[in-house]
Amino acid sequence: MVSCAALRDSTRCNGAMGVKICVTDVWKTFPTPQGPLPVLEALDFTVAEGEFVALVGPSGCGKTTLLHILAGFDRPDRGAVRIDDRPIQGPRRQGIYVFQRGAVFPWLTVEQNMTLVLSDLPPAERQRLAAEYLALAGLQGFERSYPHQLSGGMLQRVELARALVTRPEILYLDEPLGALDALTRLRMRMELRRLLTHEHCTAVMVTHDVEEALDLADRVLVFSPRPATIRGSLLVPFPHPRPLRHRSMLELKRQILRALGVEDTEGDTAGGPSADLTLSTPAKWRQSLEPHAAGTRLRA
Amino acid sequence: MHDRIRSLIAVAVIVCCVALWWATVHISGSRIFPTPWQVVLGMVQLAQQGLLLKHVVASLFRVTCGYLLAAMLAMVLGLLMGRFHSVYVACNSLVQLLRPISPIAWIPLAILWFGVGDVSPIFLIFLASFFPIVIGTVAGVQTIDRQYIWAAENFGISGFKLLCFVIFPGALPQIITGMRIGLGVAWLVVVAAEMIAINSGLGYLIIDSRNAGNRYDLVVAGMVIIGVIGLLLDGLMRGLERLDEVQWRYGR
Repeated sequence: MVSCAALRDSTRCNGAMGVKICVTDVWKTFPTPQGPLPVLEALDFTVAEGEFVALVGPSGCGKTTLLHILAGFDRPDRGAVRIDDRPIQGPRRQGIYVFQRGAVFPWLTVEQNMTLVLSDLPPAERQRLAAEYLALAGLQGFERSYPHQLSGGMLQRVELARALVTRPEILYLDEPLGALDALTRLRMRMELRRLLTHEHCTAVMVTHDVEEALDLADRVLVFSPRPATIRGSLLVPFPHPRPLRHRSMLELKRQILRALGVEDTEGDTAGGPSADLTLSTPAKWRQSLEPHAAGTRLRA
Repeated sequence: MHDRIRSLIAVAVIVCCVALWWATVHISGSRIFPTPWQVVLGMVQLAQQGLLLKHVVASLFRVTCGYLLAAMLAMVLGLLMGRFHSVYVACNSLVQLLRPISPIAWIPLAILWFGVGDVSPIFLIFLASFFPIVIGTVAGVQTIDRQYIWAAENFGISGFKLLCFVIFPGALPQIITGMRIGLGVAWLVVVAAEMIAINSGLGYLIIDSRNAGNRYDLVVAGMVIIGVIGLLLDGLMRGLERLDEVQWRYGR
């Protein structure tokens, strides 16, 4: 686990090579009828170019507020957020926000949703890119469907395809799989990984699912309950697809849960919530998860 | 099958009412109040004289003019009020102040301003349908989910494009509800509005039949025709709710 001091050391932003997002001493308080409610307190962290960072913390701890600030929908009371070493001024196409409940315009067809966000391009180019990304997300044949005619998983694909088609440098993912049922969630997690690998963009994802964070992110930032402060920053040094039930992964999971104030009772032979993973695990995964394969050396 | 039974029941209720009407007139032996059959004969007589079509067309023309004018202006005002808080603050009190005044109360002023003719009834119908559409549009714009507006900003959609592809379609379901209510009210005031018409319209037919010779069969015929056209118009508006663009709001 990275100590707080080490974390501070890594937040030197000024012109540092490869730093995409730099958050320095960010504070945020919301006024409520019961008085001011501190939500974010003295947050300091950076996200490197191309890095996938997961923000994990208890519900309502302020992760979404932080993501809103990063995306430019909200402003910090104190402190600064710099992207590419420039202060952010409102939402921009450079970083696209994927909303938890989805923000695919329900009054437009899937294809119209795609072409609307490309309206600065010539029509032919618009059509071509829309078709390319719909295909990438496995949505061929649904171009003329309206969002309400699609399932939750399909809708989430549209959401992601629409975000990616604009070639954003950064993706802000606000519990992108939170509204899905358990099976679809696992399937979409792999899908998300595949799409992001294809695009090489920087990503910041809010989640309260530790396993999801460990499966997708290069680094996990653990937040305290409100007001949110950073409890720890853990690298996840495993190649994809990740052996989620490998001892080192389980150790990481335990560390995160401990930082969240939850003691993991699963022990080394993980059962419980992760057991349903086998339900939709592709064959090549299952192999690497078999006991005899677990000894395979992992790039750490 | 279920639907057929339901519409059969609806027809049966109407038939019962007509039968009751018929029986009441018979038993009371009224010489002035018409039986349903006399009303039908009255309609046939009107149709043969070519008056039925003339009155219906005149009324539909006035309602269409007043209503379309109201719909256009109300949508513009509603979109502005819903989108810009300053416009809302500036206009809302005035709208709420004028809204409860019955269009009938405007009749003297309408005559003063526009005289007796087509313009006065059109003005009254305009007044009647304007406010429900404004209210519907404002509510529609104000209740668009914040995330759609944010997503649009995120993708750099702004100005006219934001209005056309996000704000208007996002508010459309409630705009349509306002338009349905507006059309109902417009048709409702047509009789009062046509009291100041020169010689045409269903409202005129009703008033004139009463004044010129107590033709109550024609009075009731006019009423029935207004009811039937109102029913058809509402069916037409309901058709709008089945558009693909608004289905997301009206259930799946």
